[in-house]
Amino acid sequence: MSITLSKAAIFEAQAEKATSWRNRLLALPALVIIGIFGVLPLLIICVYSFLQAAPYGGVQWKFSTDAYLNFLFQRDIFDDTLQFTPDFLIIYLRSFLFAVVTTVICLLLGFPTAYFMATRPPAQRNWWVLLITIPFWSNLLVRTLAIMFIIRDEGLINNALMGLGLIEKPITMLYTNFAIQLGLLYSFLPFMILPLYSSLEKLDFRLVEAANDLYATRRQVLWRVIIPLSLPGIIAGCLLVFIPALGAYVTPLILGGGIHLMIGDLIAQQFGSGRNWPLGCAQALILMAAVLVALYFYVRNTSGKIQHG
Amino acid sequence: MADPRTIDIKDQPGFRSIAILCLCVLYVPILILMIFSFNTGSLVTHWEGVGFGWYGSALLNEEFHRAAQNTLIISTSATIISTIVATLAAIGMTRVKPWRGLPAAFMVINLPLVVPEIITAVATLSFFALIAGAFGLNFGIGNLILAHTVFCIPFAYMPIRARLEDMDLTLEAAAADLYATPWHAFRRITLPLLVPGIMSGAALAFIVSFDDFTITQLVAGPGQTTLPLYIWNQIRRPMTPEINAISTILLLVSILFVSVSFLIARRRAK
Amino acid sequence: MTIKPEQNLPPRAGFLNGVVVPEQPGKNAIEVRGVRKVFGTGEAQVAALDTVSVAIRENEFFTLLGPSGCGKTTLLRLIAGFDFPSEGEILLYGEDIAPLPPFKRPVNTVFQSYALFPHMTVAQNIGFGLEMLGKPKAEIQARVARMLKLVKMEALAGRRTSQISGGQQQRVALARALAPQPKVLLLDEPLSALDYKLRKEMQIELKRLQHETGITFIFVTHDQEEALTMSDRIAVMSSGKILQVGAPRDIYDRPAERFVADFIGETNFLKGTVVSKKSGVASVKLASDATVAAGFPEGFDPSGAVTVVVRPEHADLVADAAKGTVAGILANVVYFGTDTHYHVKLDGGDNFIVRHQNSRSGAVAFAPGAKVGIVFEDDGARILRD
Repeated sequence: MSITLSKAAIFEAQAEKATSWRNRLLALPALVIIGIFGVLPLLIICVYSFLQAAPYGGVQWKFSTDAYLNFLFQRDIFDDTLQFTPDFLIIYLRSFLFAVVTTVICLLLGFPTAYFMATRPPAQRNWWVLLITIPFWSNLLVRTLAIMFIIRDEGLINNALMGLGLIEKPITMLYTNFAIQLGLLYSFLPFMILPLYSSLEKLDFRLVEAANDLYATRRQVLWRVIIPLSLPGIIAGCLLVFIPALGAYVTPLILGGGIHLMIGDLIAQQFGSGRNWPLGCAQALILMAAVLVALYFYVRNTSGKIQHG
Repeated sequence: MADPRTIDIKDQPGFRSIAILCLCVLYVPILILMIFSFNTGSLVTHWEGVGFGWYGSALLNEEFHRAAQNTLIISTSATIISTIVATLAAIGMTRVKPWRGLPAAFMVINLPLVVPEIITAVATLSFFALIAGAFGLNFGIGNLILAHTVFCIPFAYMPIRARLEDMDLTLEAAAADLYATPWHAFRRITLPLLVPGIMSGAALAFIVSFDDFTITQLVAGPGQTTLPLYIWNQIRRPMTPEINAISTILLLVSILFVSVSFLIARRRAK
Repeated sequence: MTIKPEQNLPPRAGFLNGVVVPEQPGKNAIEVRGVRKVFGTGEAQVAALDTVSVAIRENEFFTLLGPSGCGKTTLLRLIAGFDFPSEGEILLYGEDIAPLPPFKRPVNTVFQSYALFPHMTVAQNIGFGLEMLGKPKAEIQARVARMLKLVKMEALAGRRTSQISGGQQQRVALARALAPQPKVLLLDEPLSALDYKLRKEMQIELKRLQHETGITFIFVTHDQEEALTMSDRIAVMSSGKILQVGAPRDIYDRPAERFVADFIGETNFLKGTVVSKKSGVASVKLASDATVAAGFPEGFDPSGAVTVVVRPEHADLVADAAKGTVAGILANVVYFGTDTHYHVKLDGGDNFIVRHQNSRSGAVAFAPGAKVGIVFEDDGARILRD
């Protein structure tokens, strides 16, 4: 090989090396901030979950697996045996059920809405997107409060029904499972619509014409063409609803009134009145594990899709 | 059967009704909440007349002032810090030759979006408790600013990254061709074209910080009440339409910033 | 090492004055020596340029012509400095510029997409390069004004680039690249985004600008007609190699290879066998048993089975089949307005097209199905490398 190879090729290699280091340096501040104040705390609660609770909150630096044992068992005060206590497990299962129902109903309402939005003319479409985006970013606490005002005993629904003489005593809706379910649906509906919309917006609607041309009816086009093509958006939307619904905190706090707990307020309780930080950490990690399982299926699903086509 | 000439073949029967239903479901509760903020009566659900009295009493409230002040300090600081570091990170991570560790860096940046808020909240609480206990470190309101900055970064990052990806690479090549050094090309071409993305990212970062309740509630120390915390404290007392007035103010701030971010993002580089 | 524009330059009296600097023979503006460019590593490695050498003369309108993927844009990017050669040298007036980043090369580019800065006005775009070179404000203003005049855009100086038409954007891109008075101007398919009429107009405009500025133009295109009409010389490229360099007429009339003949213009290909040869002309026996005399390029020694090429307009029809060099049955007549194409099925089985210029009077009337003869012009048939 000739000597002429060197100059330009070496220059290029040097320039590349320099920019690669510069780029790393640029990303560093963000990575350091999230690393110290986002990742490190997660590691700390991993450690905390294996420590003993201090009597007035906080932890004692003694190794213990009590937190995980306490999740399923309770130590009998008299004979020190472990007794199976499913209280926490029930809260987890109930939260899971709430999250699943929320996801399914949001999908049933969100898909037609997103499809309708995606088939509007562009100018109208922008308005729809803005109208769905506003609740997406609006204060969750305030939106939950709005639901509370409507379903309270002296709220709008009961007032209206009594005013019409349909009922004599208000129907109790607040602080019930129904209230939590309604609140979750209301909170997370925009989280389903927007990802579905962004996947349907990219759909080539000439395919619908082609399917129609080949004798498919409207419903057949929907099931055989549109839904399979928007599957990545459907999965993304389901995940964006399921994960925050599973870990919901504000909704059960306000609409469940501390009577019907979900995982979120259970965890918060251990750091407040429960004064059992290790237990709270263990509960948080178990929730995190559930989220990671959901994410794992998402990643496996989407990467499989990419290989397909 | 409708006249086939008037139907778009893309339309699916019933979808329009569901879409309108969803819109109503999303807006009716908010609108009712807002309407009752103008109630002159002292009951949250009985309508007595139209007036701005509750806005007046909210705005004169000393506690509200403190909460608003705290919120502004925290949100503004978190927005400025997160937007700056997110901009730098986006420039170093978008449209560049992949460097080793880039996929891991993406994961770290997006981590706050994946972890449920309540977990972040208790983890941050544990972290600050630990450094307070072990090193006697307490940054006061700085604790909240740092906690907010963490989850603001990915929100600021997204629109900046999108803007960078949309940008025509040949513009920078053209600048270099016209004797601009890499720094000048960045300063005169890349940065000005990136400004809308940065503004949009800053608006989103401000909203999520301004609205945050869960993390703030667990991490906040005494005297660090923010507006969402103030509302929460009000709910637990006998309620008056003052809470509707404050809620309405919060919603309007969100709507303003969403609309700004939305309009900036929609205006593509021409 | 930095070469600043306007240093080491030959006297450029002609610049903007309409006076053409006489060509100094033997002086090369750009010399590409043994340049290779490979993309990727290991097994996925692709050679976009495979040991290319070419010299481009000062003040020349030089065109790199070839199909997409032939390496013409890669070569242009190497000269501009957006990519660096894996091997070889690129000399600008004798100095190796291959290791220089683009902002240190006195070479400017007109991009295919124009790449006008959307946040600047027309005038700011044109002045950008001068500003980066640190020229005084007054000088920049004066030069921008001259450039605007040169491309006839004075009226739109204050407009945003998004507010002007495609043709106007094209002019701004040209003015912007010419403003710093580069030693060489690179043009990457600059006319491809324009519609037919505007393209024709800009072809003439480009020639005028090159003439007035006296700057060496290196023009990349896949449009053979554009290359033939505008260039002083053309380099035909394929699969990362330069196949032939020459004046348009040379390339068209005496293509060096089958690819060149096929890519530029229309050509008839006839199979045959070399019977005898002497001093650049060979006798070839075709499939129909007819024998034709065919020239061949220097340094090529045809023998055995070969392909003979004949341009459709270098042949003519005769009614008497016996008088033709070859003969066949007229299969189809296609009318094109300016000319008519006669599709002939030759006796040996090959297809042959004859192009005849139409005129009002001498309409040649041949009916499909007729037996016809075809005569070749002198030097009309050539043997080419495959």
